[in-house]
Amino acid sequence: MKNHNEELRLSDNPYLPFPARIQQIITETEDRNLKTFKVAFINKGDEQGFHSIPGQFCQISVAGKGEIPLGIASSPTEEGYLLFTVNRTGVVTRYLHHMKEGDTIGIRGPLGNWYPWDKMEGKSVVVIGGGFAFTTLRAGIVYMLHPEERDRFKDITVVYGARSPGLLLYRKELEQWEKRDDVNVHITVDATDDPHWPYNVGFVPAITEQKITTGENSYALVCGPPIMIKFTQPVLERLGFKPEQVIISLEMRMKCGIGTCGRCNIGEKYVCKDGPVFSLAQLTELPQEY
Amino acid sequence: MGHSDKISEIAKKILEEKTVDVVIGFRKGTLPMMREPVLIKDAERTDQLYWDSFCFINLASYLPKREEKIGIIAKGCDSRNIAVHIVENQIKREQLYIIGVPCEGMVDRGKIISLLDGKEVREITESDGDLTVRGDGFEHTLKKGDYLQDNCIRCMHRNPVIYDALAGDLVEERKDPDPYDDVKALEAMGSEERWEFFSNLIKGCTRCYACRNACPLCYCPACFVDESDPQWVGKSIDPTDTMTFHILRAYHCAGRCTDCGACEQACPVDIKVRFFTRKLNKDVLDLYDCEAGLSTEERPPLDTYRPDDYDEFIR
Amino acid sequence: MGDKIIKKGQLPNVLKALKKTFEVFVPVREDGFYRLKPLKDGEKVDLRFTNTRLSPKSFVLPQSERMFEFTLDEKSKDAHIVKEAPKGYPPKVVFGIRPCDAKALRLVHVNFDNPEFRDPWWIKRLESVTLLGLGCNEPCSTCFCTSVNCGPFNKEGLDVLLYDLGECLLARTLTEKGEKLLQVGGVDKDADSGLKKKADELKTRAEKKIGSHVPTDKLGKKNVNDLFDAPFWDDVAFACINCGACTFLCPTCWCFDIQDEVTKRQGDRIRNWDSCMFPLFTLHASGHNPRAQKVQRVRQRFMHKLKYYVDKYKNGVACVGCGRCVNHCPVNIDIREVFRLMNDSEDSKQQ
Repeated sequence: MKNHNEELRLSDNPYLPFPARIQQIITETEDRNLKTFKVAFINKGDEQGFHSIPGQFCQISVAGKGEIPLGIASSPTEEGYLLFTVNRTGVVTRYLHHMKEGDTIGIRGPLGNWYPWDKMEGKSVVVIGGGFAFTTLRAGIVYMLHPEERDRFKDITVVYGARSPGLLLYRKELEQWEKRDDVNVHITVDATDDPHWPYNVGFVPAITEQKITTGENSYALVCGPPIMIKFTQPVLERLGFKPEQVIISLEMRMKCGIGTCGRCNIGEKYVCKDGPVFSLAQLTELPQEY
Repeated sequence: MGHSDKISEIAKKILEEKTVDVVIGFRKGTLPMMREPVLIKDAERTDQLYWDSFCFINLASYLPKREEKIGIIAKGCDSRNIAVHIVENQIKREQLYIIGVPCEGMVDRGKIISLLDGKEVREITESDGDLTVRGDGFEHTLKKGDYLQDNCIRCMHRNPVIYDALAGDLVEERKDPDPYDDVKALEAMGSEERWEFFSNLIKGCTRCYACRNACPLCYCPACFVDESDPQWVGKSIDPTDTMTFHILRAYHCAGRCTDCGACEQACPVDIKVRFFTRKLNKDVLDLYDCEAGLSTEERPPLDTYRPDDYDEFIR
Repeated sequence: MGDKIIKKGQLPNVLKALKKTFEVFVPVREDGFYRLKPLKDGEKVDLRFTNTRLSPKSFVLPQSERMFEFTLDEKSKDAHIVKEAPKGYPPKVVFGIRPCDAKALRLVHVNFDNPEFRDPWWIKRLESVTLLGLGCNEPCSTCFCTSVNCGPFNKEGLDVLLYDLGECLLARTLTEKGEKLLQVGGVDKDADSGLKKKADELKTRAEKKIGSHVPTDKLGKKNVNDLFDAPFWDDVAFACINCGACTFLCPTCWCFDIQDEVTKRQGDRIRNWDSCMFPLFTLHASGHNPRAQKVQRVRQRFMHKLKYYVDKYKNGVACVGCGRCVNHCPVNIDIREVFRLMNDSEDSKQQ
């Protein structure tokens, strides 16, 4: 896929958010800490100039509160809107959770790099996600499953886990994917007291080890809490994934989103501009400070 | 034997005998009038320890949250701040081996720099209350007493108040009638004039927080100016925010400040931040007859509630 | 372009002429140290200063910059929409900026103006300022500019470089902007070859006076993780009190924060200098902090300047040897020592 956003990146003021409107708010989890915001640009021109690639993020701006980086949860194949899933943690996210449909926010982006779709062509893809860090992975799955894109990839496998059934994101979609034959979906929870729970119980690394047979000719896209990433790495190594084939998306505190404000670096790389997507091979070359 | 040698000797002994795990002191700096706080773990390295009239940093700042047994060098004010830490449960007395250094005042490096009007000090030595300052093509002998830090000029507690060993003979405490003569000028001002004075005082402040961070009292895990949720103070250099920082910082120190002067010495733009704390120190002395850090038993006055308090509002 | 001569006696007239077109800033001693302040009418310029306490980076990167404005007034049709804050960029002259500080702006420039993103405020402010530099006849003992691809008469980043020859100043024009400035100032007398020679000698003499040197030759070749894991960081960082003095005084520290401030229903989005010394700089909303420890933050500051920048831009270290941090760190953490430790550190056996 070509980088469509060359033009945008050279826009006059990379700090200026595009005004956007909240179209719909979906409460994702039973603890109500995660909500998905369906958002559309107010100006048609901004929408036409916005071309994201799965893996990228945006700075979401709330006037008076500030900006936060959020992975784009929608695929470019879903036209006319963007999806952002927001975990309520800080000042901006808490305010966002109180906003209503029709309210105005701002969007800056798309920012950062993306999953290496070019390199993944002709390969099998294993998507491994945990908790609420499933947003850009969802974008990637929707993108790969699009009829025009599906043939570019071999087998697609998804391992996605949360602490409990009520904390899984995009539950309806997961169930739909489960039923398809062009994608293998392994949903898991750390624990559940539901005797009729139809899916797996166990941590993501363990389920990955059970369900994936080989890293041969494959890429793994990994996104989740640090502890999950830590324990998934050796599993992938055992399965034969080379460090170049393990793709990880990182999080950092960010302000500018364009590599100028200086806080999100790991060594010489800025997570906002040179990332957020890195291969394990790249990360081992960098200081372990994230 | 000079203070430095005596300090090294004691430090070596307590490390060798495993009385302590580490020693916190000063080593000779890279500049003629600067000394660097240092942590020494190895008895063989205690010869690095150094003492002279430029050890203005208050080493008590390095104590909070430390777990091991620590030897620490302390002049009068440092020892008072150690006492404050003990009272405020930042460190335990049993953890400490205090090497007290009776102090005849720290020299204000800024005063020497201004005196030389742009010429640089290349070397400075002291003996018997004299400072010999050498630079390119000049040598001056100065009376140390004329170049002391402002807080040292009025210091009434030059000897350490708690210690386990001494690195020198105790010195005579000053018996000046009024250690707060300088605050009188502030008190004489009207409120508008005083506001103007303080606004002017901090106009060059960059909010680098060197004053706060050099202060042993400022050990909060998150300072109110750094809190983002909720955010109490704006982060720009808006004068209101800057003033809020300085006033609140001073009030947080009321009744706990030993006037060690580290805040003022640390300021990279030479702001006399002690003006904020001095008046409060005087008030605490007048109202409660209390000076901070003279006891390891008594809690700071603003942190104490007594049912028999004579003020109405508290009952 | 060429070398012009300004007699010292004419300097006030030159500056007066400049003041008609530009805001003119000159070094002024106030409360014991020098700052760059607007030239007052009739004020005599003090050429004896060594350097200003704060670096002149604030001309291009102000400590607080109002980026955008917005209204939260629901009655406004643009409520909650963040918009450009109108502002002017009046032409300014910084008279007496030292060569190290001008070079620093070039080093920082790559962060704000690169093929992917252009920072509009940095670019407009840099365009609007003309840098009339003054070479250092008498460098300080803490200056180590000649070790870091700079020097007391380094030209990089300047529009005009002045050589103080005693009776007169030789003005070496370096850019078209500088040429225009000298025209506006009425400086048109060419320097003869004798004075040019004197100026060149002055430079050589000043360079020889630099007594402080740091090694940099091995920094680029070192393995980043060897330096990151080097054993000396605990000792370097112990004394640090985590204030931002070094970063705020430093001419090459550019990191910033973005904050929204609201008064009644009107708000501004403001960017403020920030510091990698502050724990909040990298604190995630989740509570996780990749640089929670002091030693990690101290290491970050030095690694950024002496390793990450070197590797990223292949343009030397992000330090111009001005000595501000050396002189004003309250606990005497000396970057010159860190240069030595990093450059001369042992490489790991595995490499």
